[in-house]
Amino acid sequence: MSDTPLTLRSHAESLAAPFPALLADAEHLASTVLVGDHGRRRAGVGDTFWQYRPAQNHDEMRTIDWRRSARSDAQFVQDKEWQIAQSVLLWVDQSASMSFTSLKNGTTKAARARTLALATAILLLRGGERVGLTGNLLPPRRGEPQIAQMAALLSQDTAADYGTPDADNMLHHSRAFFVSDFMGDIDAIETAIAKAASRDVRGALVQILDPAEEAFPYDGRTIFESMSGSMVHETLKARDLKSRYLDRLAQRKDRLATLAHQAGWQFSTHHTDASATSALLWAFTALERRA
Amino acid sequence: MLTLGPIAFAAPWLLLGLIILPILWLLLRAVPPAPIRRRFPGVALLLGLNDDDSQTDRTPWWLLLLRLLAVAAIITAFAGPVLNPKDDTPGDGPLLVLVDGTWADARDWARRADRIDAALAEAARDGRTAALVTLTDLPPEPPVFQDAQAVQQRIAALQPRPYGPDIDDITAWANSLTGNFDTFWMSDGLARDSRDTLLAALETHGTVTAFQSPRPIIALRPATFEDGEVTVTALRAASGTESETTITAMGLDPAGIERRLATATATFDATATSAIATFDLPPELRNRVTRFEVQGVQSAGAVALTDDALKRREVALLAGSNDREALELLSPLHYLEQALIPTADLIDGTLNDVLLANPDVIILADVATLTAIETDAMIEWVEDGGALVRFAGPRLASSDISRIDEDPLMPVRLRIGGRSIGGAMSWGEPKELAPFADTSPFFGLQIPKDVAVTAQVMAQPDPSLASRVIAQLADGTPLVTRKDMGDGSIVLFHVTANAEWSTLPLSGLFVQMLERLAISTRPSTPSEEDLAGTSWTPEDVLNAYGDLNPADTLPGVAGEDIATATPSATMPPGLYAGEDRRIAVNVIGAGRELAPAIWPARIAVEGLDVVRETLLKGWLLAAALVLLSIDIIASLALSGRLRGPRAATVAIALIALMIAPQARAQDDTFAINSTANVVLAYVITGDTRVDEISDAGLYGLSNTLFQRTSIEPAIPVGIDIEVDELAFFPFIYWPVTANQQLPTREAYAKLNRYLRSGGMILFDTRDADLARFGSSSPEGRKLQAIARGLDIPALEPIPQDHVLTRTFYLLQDFPGRHPSRDVWVEAAPAGAEIQDGMPFRDLNDGVTPVVVGGNDWAAAWATDRLGNPLVPIGRGQAGNRQREIALRFGVNLIMHVLTGNYKSDQVHVPDLLDRLGQ
Repeated sequence: MSDTPLTLRSHAESLAAPFPALLADAEHLASTVLVGDHGRRRAGVGDTFWQYRPAQNHDEMRTIDWRRSARSDAQFVQDKEWQIAQSVLLWVDQSASMSFTSLKNGTTKAARARTLALATAILLLRGGERVGLTGNLLPPRRGEPQIAQMAALLSQDTAADYGTPDADNMLHHSRAFFVSDFMGDIDAIETAIAKAASRDVRGALVQILDPAEEAFPYDGRTIFESMSGSMVHETLKARDLKSRYLDRLAQRKDRLATLAHQAGWQFSTHHTDASATSALLWAFTALERRA
Repeated sequence: MLTLGPIAFAAPWLLLGLIILPILWLLLRAVPPAPIRRRFPGVALLLGLNDDDSQTDRTPWWLLLLRLLAVAAIITAFAGPVLNPKDDTPGDGPLLVLVDGTWADARDWARRADRIDAALAEAARDGRTAALVTLTDLPPEPPVFQDAQAVQQRIAALQPRPYGPDIDDITAWANSLTGNFDTFWMSDGLARDSRDTLLAALETHGTVTAFQSPRPIIALRPATFEDGEVTVTALRAASGTESETTITAMGLDPAGIERRLATATATFDATATSAIATFDLPPELRNRVTRFEVQGVQSAGAVALTDDALKRREVALLAGSNDREALELLSPLHYLEQALIPTADLIDGTLNDVLLANPDVIILADVATLTAIETDAMIEWVEDGGALVRFAGPRLASSDISRIDEDPLMPVRLRIGGRSIGGAMSWGEPKELAPFADTSPFFGLQIPKDVAVTAQVMAQPDPSLASRVIAQLADGTPLVTRKDMGDGSIVLFHVTANAEWSTLPLSGLFVQMLERLAISTRPSTPSEEDLAGTSWTPEDVLNAYGDLNPADTLPGVAGEDIATATPSATMPPGLYAGEDRRIAVNVIGAGRELAPAIWPARIAVEGLDVVRETLLKGWLLAAALVLLSIDIIASLALSGRLRGPRAATVAIALIALMIAPQARAQDDTFAINSTANVVLAYVITGDTRVDEISDAGLYGLSNTLFQRTSIEPAIPVGIDIEVDELAFFPFIYWPVTANQQLPTREAYAKLNRYLRSGGMILFDTRDADLARFGSSSPEGRKLQAIARGLDIPALEPIPQDHVLTRTFYLLQDFPGRHPSRDVWVEAAPAGAEIQDGMPFRDLNDGVTPVVVGGNDWAAAWATDRLGNPLVPIGRGQAGNRQREIALRFGVNLIMHVLTGNYKSDQVHVPDLLDRLGQ
């Protein structure tokens, strides 16, 4: 897959097309609520009628529905249905390690991560949510133009070996969606999630892995290098390392799953040789889930 | 030269190189295989993982061993190792290489020649002079010793002979030997009287070493016929083990192809040197047997030729009156049939048909006159060796044949009327037979008392009459007369073949007389007296390998020599033809026994399978190569590079190596598809356009045939003459392109077999025959080149009355895309003439094997699958007409291929005349 903004967007759109609009859960996001399109099945700020209720002491006079009140002795207040828009912040790992692929068709982890993230963004935007990127790159906004901007930003690569999620300035009670291989420093990841969780941000982690990373099909005397070449490990019998590598990988996944669980997040691993739709489906359900 | 046990080294100093092996071990061990650099994001997880085994940074020991072995093999190879080196002391003085050179040598002659070559090469190395003498081809003078290398050149010309050496010649030659020399005697392994005397003579001149192969020698005695069974005796020189030998009877099948007619097994008992194989063959098959062979043995001794002794004669019976409604016993042929059926093959039919079958004997019972044509044919047949036997009868007696002048087909002139004796209206008693004269072929036969003659035709007294009478009555009148004509003879019985005129046909004497006349006889082996003074010409002779070759220029052989039945240089074994019979001279006589040659203990005898000096250099280098190849694969595997496509490649290469020698499985579907229907075929030329047109052309023609005729061909196929079987196709269209490949030798053999067995190839140069088959067009030149290897008969431009002009449509033009008229077919036989009233000649020949032209027929026939023509032909209506005629030619051609000369049959003449409007 090519990474030019245009093709990235068209891929993402084609992937997003079959899905119904994603309705983000906005349960706890009162303070960040802006009036949006989604009725939340309860009284609140909105345009559509929800219910009449007897006026309370704290109700201002101007809120009393006089037409309803005239039909009886008590005063009634007309409640509107609570309508909110959710803010979802995406972080996609753009580091060098994501450009690895062992597949014949050349699908890199980065390409898969970007497609998945953008597809999710498109779904959310169509659902009327506000979508942006973390780290002040792109504040959450609504509307189609956001897709183009996001695609342009996602197409950039960074030179670092491993990416670290940027959890600064996240809106309270918003949602977050982190896509990466999570091969880098686990502590940095933990810090970022902790920081997000402290702001009551819920979200989902998707670990994108290449099949080779999962299977470790190497043999013989090998020098393993990170994608930028800064990290080197030499072995004489790569096959002997396999089980220990797989152990470590399992540990890493386990750690991530624990982190996610503690923060109330969702965690999943996606392989680049699997269908991207399955990952999108998972992201759809994870972001829609109510806490 | 350094010798270590059975191995010696030509350059032993090079073995010092082996010292470096331990150093190499250390060096190689210290250098592990080069690592692969891999980009791998998961390296973050690998950091801190150490290899378990610190030893693995060295090259594994087995890989080291592999490499060291390879290096050691190379060093040893260049040191020139020799297995079983010949360290015998070289002799000095001249060396005489003496070869028996008989039929017993033929079986492994190539190996013997190699051994002689080795002996001479050794002599050449030692600087000895040498001479090479074959005992069956002794030079008139004592051996001349020459440079051994010069003698070596003569080995190629040295061939074994199909007979044994002559003892007198050997004695004379042994006495002429002078000087001192060593002898190397290449013995054929058979005991022979001449061996001891020659050995004694040779030992007076120097040491003798002998060479004798332990291979069994097997031979066949001539076949004998007893009680309806043919028995063949197999002989072997050395007894000791029980063994079986398969003996095959070879002969021509009805199609004239030599093939194995029967096989039988002869089982040697452990102690026996002879074994008998019995063939119970039907007479028809027995007549076809030309020789018996020991299967798998190439030697003249293992071939027993058969001659007339095994043959049944073919006798044609013709009676003058077939329309007579008579009792069976009055049939003029009844007694002849009864007498001949057990011992001869009878042929019925008209005289013309019978002559085509070329019988040994024709019997005319009471046939008076023949037409002029029949007479000429008959005379020709008799002069070619036929035996004509005539019986008299009322018809012959009343005719004027041989009355004034002697008829060529009668032995004597006849008097008018004949005579009748002993009847109611005549005087005298029925006459009995006089005893046979000793010049008569019937001499010695007992005459039964009850044989009496009541009527006969009378011979006109002539000066030559007396010499022609071979049987007469008691009163001296001739009863049977005979004259010779050319190679054949004419016999006249002056009585009828039935019991009307005499009781002779009722008696056993009749059968015996027929036997004596070689009508039904099985000739016993002729005695020396019989053969004395006769001369025999060799027809086919055997070479030492048991191959039968025509004897082209060999001189005749006297009967006395034939009687000895011992082949010699002047009388090689083979078939000899005499006046009226053929005699086989076989390598092994009837009473011959085989025995192995026994050498005195003082003679060193060497067997063929002696260990020979073997240079090991090549083997060692090959082993080193194999080891290094394994090293490549192992190194790849060790360093993790043997993965994915590489592993697949290696696996495929290995599998291919293992599978490669196996023959390609024949594709049965091709055969089934080609034979389930009539399938027209074209030769794939490699030129895509031409092949497409050929395919479309044959498709169009097949379609036309389907619509118009009862031939319903399937979809045509393209064939590769190198690979595909041709016999499935009745017709092959061969467009000639200028740059097509010439067929290989195997393809030529296949094509020739195809042409001989009735296939037809249409050669199309597609150049409108501008060159008229000269060499000025590239296609014409290519056609000439292709045809050079083919068995193509003489050709002629298609004559007006060729059967191709009327097999389905009446045609005189054969256009394709070009309208040229020059289309060539097999030439008619020279003698064919147009007869009166016939629109065409009577050409009852087969299908012409080739049709050659340049009209690009396929283009004219070509249609697409919907039947639309693909190639424009001519202009307008005329073009359509030309295409139609081209298609009609195609229909005629395929009809001709499939029905042969059916339309040549004169039965169709009236219809054809009607349609031709004549």
